Amino acid sequence: MIRFDYARPADVSEAVRAGSGEHAAFLAGGTNLVDVMKENVARPLQVVDINRLPLTDIEAREDGGLRLGALVTNAATAYDPRVQQRYPLLASAILAGASPQLRNAATNGGNLNQRTRCYYFYDVDTPCNKRNPGEGCGAIGGVNRIHAILGASDQCIATHPSDMCVALAALEAHVQVTGPDGDRAIAFSDYHRLPGDEPWRDNTLRSGELVTAIDLPAENFSTHYTYLKLRDRLSYAFALVSVAVALRLSEDGRIEVARIALGGVAHKPWRVPAAESLLQGEQPGERVFQAAAHAITEGAVGQGQNSFKIELARRAVVRALGQAAAGTPQSQTDKRIA
Amino acid sequence: MNPAVTLDRTSGRRVAAEPIASLTLRLTVNGEERVLQVEPWTTLLDLLRDKLDLTGTKKGCDHGQCGACTVLIDGRRINACLKLAVTLEGQEVTTIEGLGQPGNLHPLQAAFIEHDAFQCGYCTPGQICSAQGLINEGHARNRADVREQMSGNICRCGAYTNIADAVLEVLEQGKQP
Repeated sequence: MIRFDYARPADVSEAVRAGSGEHAAFLAGGTNLVDVMKENVARPLQVVDINRLPLTDIEAREDGGLRLGALVTNAATAYDPRVQQRYPLLASAILAGASPQLRNAATNGGNLNQRTRCYYFYDVDTPCNKRNPGEGCGAIGGVNRIHAILGASDQCIATHPSDMCVALAALEAHVQVTGPDGDRAIAFSDYHRLPGDEPWRDNTLRSGELVTAIDLPAENFSTHYTYLKLRDRLSYAFALVSVAVALRLSEDGRIEVARIALGGVAHKPWRVPAAESLLQGEQPGERVFQAAAHAITEGAVGQGQNSFKIELARRAVVRALGQAAAGTPQSQTDKRIA
Repeated sequence: MNPAVTLDRTSGRRVAAEPIASLTLRLTVNGEERVLQVEPWTTLLDLLRDKLDLTGTKKGCDHGQCGACTVLIDGRRINACLKLAVTLEGQEVTTIEGLGQPGNLHPLQAAFIEHDAFQCGYCTPGQICSAQGLINEGHARNRADVREQMSGNICRCGAYTNIADAVLEVLEQGKQP
């Protein structure tokens, strides 16, 4: 592996100071950063180990929500009783991802900031605009079965690989960050970005900013939700398409609030408010589910090998809406799709 | 603080102003307290195999995709290949050598033999450490849970059915009073 300077700050302000260098990287669980360092994809000169920072708690918030510390592991988050009971969509999405070993090491902040698993991004012998701006994109016209069908640009068709983030998008979480210019909260839909002509920027963090927590709002959709993940093998694989659905139903069974987020299809969890509002006030049913599925995939473009994802995403949305409306969420143990 | 490593803009090479000192790392390995000198880029896997001669932990993919390097940190399983050793200051590592020894097999080792749960054996130390982690973590209740929660360990020989049998047997023995 490459050589680097190592620092282990004891408090957040010290970490921000140490992390504000041009070639510094924050290290938490290491499950992604250490991997991309081994591949020579990330080449930090200073590694700032943030594992000793006091960001390891899950706390109730005054507004009825929950604050997830950035350094709480994905496993500790998914198995926390408050998360399991009140935010089962989030627990389900986390447990759909990676492996127990990885979830025991990976942190909440790190999950947000993990890099794409695009083969070309990982292979330094091939061109990649995300890794080396201006070099070109090997995936366009190349091997692109796992790549984006929505929101891509002519410079990058990579996807964001997280499952957790798809649920956080549907729950409308906020990301708390701190940095050289102080603290701020970023709405989840504004945290990750589309590649555009700056594909090297995965998110809207400013230089030196550190994620300190993820805030979940009080509305938790604990009754009508599902996380449906479709992939090439049933476990320990990234999504080809995934769907997080959260619904609030009225007493007469109509949809009052609908949230739909797609994973595996874009550079960020994909939401289309217009698709969600098509469901508002409607009785759950195939016709409105189909309408929403077409609206959320409007403008989808296949790249050849991944073109199947467009129809797969539509069918997954319809199935996930049905699961959520019925109150029968997808099991992450028994992978049969009900 | 002047960084010890800088980038030479013309050559693109990394330049160390001075040799980066190894760091002192205090670690409990299989119950024994160790004080080690470790370079910051050394993974726990390389430390175990190359410096401590604990070669039971295997290097498969070295990228967190196979589970052959699974060890326990404070009782929880992780991939040793993706963990920089210096980040584990003060923690407790358990490897396959700490679970059982020749003549003193761990119940999981005995069950793997009994159920013929390996062929080439390369993934087996990781499988057994992972299974111990699964039992410690306490989220598996049945065979479907065991299969899903052992999915971080790949077996290219395909001994999965027997691995699940062995793990389930030890898990259920543990439930008995």
